Amino acid sequence: MAERYSSFEVGGRRWLWQRITAAFLVVVLAFHFFLLHFVNHADEVTFAMSQARMQELTYFSLMILFLLTATFHGVNGVYNALINQGLTGTRKTAAKVVLSVASLVVIVQGVRTALAWAGGVPL
Amino acid sequence: MSQYYNRGLIEDFGRWREFSAGMWAWVFHKFTGWVLVGYLFTHIAVLSTALQSPDAYTTTIQSLESLLLVRILEVGLLSVAVFHILNGLRLLFIDLGVGLESQDKSFYASLILTGAIAVASVPTFLAGVFG
Repeated sequence: MAERYSSFEVGGRRWLWQRITAAFLVVVLAFHFFLLHFVNHADEVTFAMSQARMQELTYFSLMILFLLTATFHGVNGVYNALINQGLTGTRKTAAKVVLSVASLVVIVQGVRTALAWAGGVPL
Repeated sequence: MSQYYNRGLIEDFGRWREFSAGMWAWVFHKFTGWVLVGYLFTHIAVLSTALQSPDAYTTTIQSLESLLLVRILEVGLLSVAVFHILNGLRLLFIDLGVGLESQDKSFYASLILTGAIAVASVPTFLAGVFG
């Protein structure tokens, strides 16, 4: 059998999740850019305008989901790129730990910021 | 059984002159991916000035947006994001078995569309920066 070209493990779920998050991000990233650069202009941004958007539960939950999926997709992509370059053993484990910690930090910081805008979960 | 195309080592950038369209797509997707994940971390860091005070957030964003360099970088960011989205869609379709035969043409289409959208976005991104 010919050589298999993939940085994903056979039978692993990360390949599938990378595709599922990709399909979601294609739509939400385009929406994010369109809303915040073409409908509203970035130079007109104020805390009050961001607050008004984030106090809507639909928008708030979409942005939290955006943060989670983008972080997973980005960090998983970096991890795969490193494996693709031949990272193995202890260095591979170290990369996994560092990337997991970095993901956690960016998610916690993002959620704290979202909560600061919305003044708590907008239920 | 699946057939595999022996493309040689793509990680060996010294052979870039021999790269096919699909290999360039791989290189550009990796590059734009690195830029986007780097931007994600920077973006959250800038936005988290909202944790200090509403004024700190508004002042930070508006100061950054007053710089021509930031506006130019935003056009670059849009280009990178649009290419990653379009080429990502191309990859999703190829994974589903759609368009494998014309994967080089869909890569060129992604490039052309990215260029067109980037050029069309310039007036929006530069609006007000000279005034």
